[in-house]
Amino acid sequence: MTMLDNRPAATKLNSKVPSGVLADKWDNFKANAKLVNPNNKRKFKVIVVGTGLAGASAAATLAELGYQVDAFTFHDSPRRAHSIAAQGGINAAKNYRGDGDSVHRLFTDTIKGGDFRSREANVYRLAQVSVNIIDQMVAQGVPFAREYGGLLDNRSFGGAQVSRTFYARGQTGQQLLLGAYQQLSRQIGLGGVRLFNRCELVDVVIIDGRAAGIVVRDLLTGEVTSHAAHAVVLATGGYGNVYFLSTNAMNCNVTAAWRAHRRGAYFANPCYTQIHPTCIPQADETQSKLTLMSESLRNDGRVWVPKNADEQRPAHQIPEEDRDYYLERLYPSYGNLAPRDISSRAAKRLVDKGQGVGPLKNGVFLDFSAAINRLGRNVVEERYGNLFEMYERIAGENPYEVPMRIYPATHYTMGGLWVDYELQTTIPGLYAAGEANFSDHGANRLGASALMQGLADGYFVLPYTISNGLAPLLNKTLPGTDHPEFKRVEAETRDRYRAYVNVKGTRSPDWFHRELGKMIWDYCGMERDRNGLEKAISEIQALHDEFKKDLRVTGSAEGVNQTLEKAGRVDDFFQLGMLMCKDALAREESCGGHFRVEYQTEDGEAQRDDAKFCHVSAWEWTGDAAKSHMHAEALEFETIQLATRSYK
Amino acid sequence: MTRKLTNLTLKVWRQSGPNDKGRFETHVIESITDEASFLEMLDVLNERLIAKGEEAVVFDHDCREGICGTCSLMINGQAHGPQRATTTCQLHMRSFKSNDTIVIEPWRAGAFPIVKDLMVDRSAFDRIVESGGFITAPTGGAPDANLIPVPKPVADAAMDSAACIGCGACVAACPNGAANLFVGAKIAHLNLLPQGQAERYKRAEAMVDTMDEHFGSCTNHGECSAACPKEISLDVIALMNKDYRSAKFKNRKELSRN
Repeated sequence: MTMLDNRPAATKLNSKVPSGVLADKWDNFKANAKLVNPNNKRKFKVIVVGTGLAGASAAATLAELGYQVDAFTFHDSPRRAHSIAAQGGINAAKNYRGDGDSVHRLFTDTIKGGDFRSREANVYRLAQVSVNIIDQMVAQGVPFAREYGGLLDNRSFGGAQVSRTFYARGQTGQQLLLGAYQQLSRQIGLGGVRLFNRCELVDVVIIDGRAAGIVVRDLLTGEVTSHAAHAVVLATGGYGNVYFLSTNAMNCNVTAAWRAHRRGAYFANPCYTQIHPTCIPQADETQSKLTLMSESLRNDGRVWVPKNADEQRPAHQIPEEDRDYYLERLYPSYGNLAPRDISSRAAKRLVDKGQGVGPLKNGVFLDFSAAINRLGRNVVEERYGNLFEMYERIAGENPYEVPMRIYPATHYTMGGLWVDYELQTTIPGLYAAGEANFSDHGANRLGASALMQGLADGYFVLPYTISNGLAPLLNKTLPGTDHPEFKRVEAETRDRYRAYVNVKGTRSPDWFHRELGKMIWDYCGMERDRNGLEKAISEIQALHDEFKKDLRVTGSAEGVNQTLEKAGRVDDFFQLGMLMCKDALAREESCGGHFRVEYQTEDGEAQRDDAKFCHVSAWEWTGDAAKSHMHAEALEFETIQLATRSYK
Repeated sequence: MTRKLTNLTLKVWRQSGPNDKGRFETHVIESITDEASFLEMLDVLNERLIAKGEEAVVFDHDCREGICGTCSLMINGQAHGPQRATTTCQLHMRSFKSNDTIVIEPWRAGAFPIVKDLMVDRSAFDRIVESGGFITAPTGGAPDANLIPVPKPVADAAMDSAACIGCGACVAACPNGAANLFVGAKIAHLNLLPQGQAERYKRAEAMVDTMDEHFGSCTNHGECSAACPKEISLDVIALMNKDYRSAKFKNRKELSRN
């Protein structure tokens, strides 16, 4: 494989963006897409891996259309996927407020929020279908917040000047996921979908250049089996857990996407990771994850730190003149609603200067006293009651009386498998949806847009594009699981998991994960620079070598073994971590969530280099993550003027 | 503000598989900060077991922020432990004292067979939802979201029920191993909303019948609601029973027309 290393960057990435003016592209695509007649749909098998918003909605919709669908989740139930933890809401260009919103406005906000590093046509389509999502979810019984007249309520969110966010208390992700899960369950009950729970994708099988199926490991028995299909959809989420501490669920991992990458799918923009500004700061060394407090809190909470680094008084005794409401000061027009990357970096700078608050001085205040005075405690409780309770449970402080303490934490990854306009990866027949792909958020995602994208991909994009891909395969025989390539990959997988058990070293997978996470956070976190990244690549390599020699997995490869599951995931995180650093090193500019210290304006804002880096970096696996090969997809903007992002 | 807890004795249920008899294993945690969550305390235990070359304790967990419903555990005989309205993953060690003995068991219910150690199989819940816990609304045909107004109190009541995380604490806490709170919550969520009316009675009948295949019967102890981390009200069971009773008449009448 290493011989690929010296190959020139000749492969032209074909994004397959349809012709026509921007607003017509999706209609043009649909008008020309190939269809499969209803009686023929049942001849096609589609595998959907992951049952979060993107996976569940895709699996349910494809089954409704008549395709045979096999859905895989490593959870015990499809309802557990991490989409469930999204709190704040979902954006849609409904303009129910009459406050100037439109498809075009949502589109431009998303492009600008992404710091002009996303593909224009995909983002426009996302804004277009956003309105259908709300209709669909309401029809399914999602109990969105309502006004007294019975119509839907909205709230505003960071990075937008209109109120377009629909919400269900602080549990919007839960309610949307349960809606999609129920729709999926209906299809399981009807026999349209076969569900494989507690099954983890461990490899993708490619035959004659096309995705032929997947190899999975049954987490209850350790058994490794193959599944063949005409098309495979990976809706397996993001890779934020590479940092060890993140707001991701404990089991979120990159394995599915990474294994597909190793089989030929390009991995795009891995360095674009999002640090969420409002999480509860780390409390001690046993901490296993960080908890996010919804960004919606910034609607009514004011962010501040004491002006004096040596401030000793409790928050409520610090007078106004000794407080620095730094977001309001630095970004007067957006104030506390400045986008995530900007708010996060501002917090980091103040904490680094010693102005942090809390016992470890590792946070900033998010203060509701002004809102409580203005609106009354009842209104604040109505809006954020469950979030306040959650905060109190974790931090042991009552936010009605003491300001919350918050600090940025890794939350979302904009990078992911490279996909074209049809959400197909560079491997024909292999699709990626939701957070697992790279396409819509550019270098930074706006709040309440992840739910929107997951459901857009699953409900309103994939069903059209997959039919277009399947139609030409009608009546063609495809390789089954008895094909030697399936057998070869199965054997390789069995060897891989047996090998983890047989290292018999001294350190647990969690120990390695924690060490790796620290390196990535230090060198490829909120701020990056050349020296740090170069150092990181060699240190990660060294730690990975040690992992191979000194890993300890107790128990066996048969039956339930969570330590072994973890070992496989950490192994893949090492390789991804290296690629992230390599990508961050290559991108010699700052944009969105990627902030290179060397490239900033005089007042410390991100400095893009549109002449050199207005492209997607899609990496090709060559057998060694540190020697991956980059292919650039140039980003062309038809309606948008590239501008410096300003929220001042 | 941070305290250290010392000398905690853990009695942890270990069971190698569904057919193993199982036993309690005793471990001592000499010291842990009270900022640690209960599951982080188990992480510490597992790291130690691995260091000693022993198998880690298997337990289900994922989001660790109280919303995915994956974590379980009977802690000193209480589902999700001693703190009201709190899942095990959100329970912190500040709820315990130095020198405490903590008994940790899996959910105990006939419908939730033990898989290994503290992990159980809750897929009977999924079977119930598959039988009717949905509104039939295939993708694509939905009318405008504001076409049907939903009075705010109705939307709020539906949301109260929809807050269920499907963890199974209600079943584990019930002396009969009944799932009425879980099923009642889903039926109340969907049957209260105007969008759910078309299938209201079919749903109630199908879900209750599937529930009865797997779970015990309700005898109104109310332990389920007391154990529920989302504080789902017993009212949902009343609503379910009412709709089930109506369904038995209405559905029969409709059938007789065919």
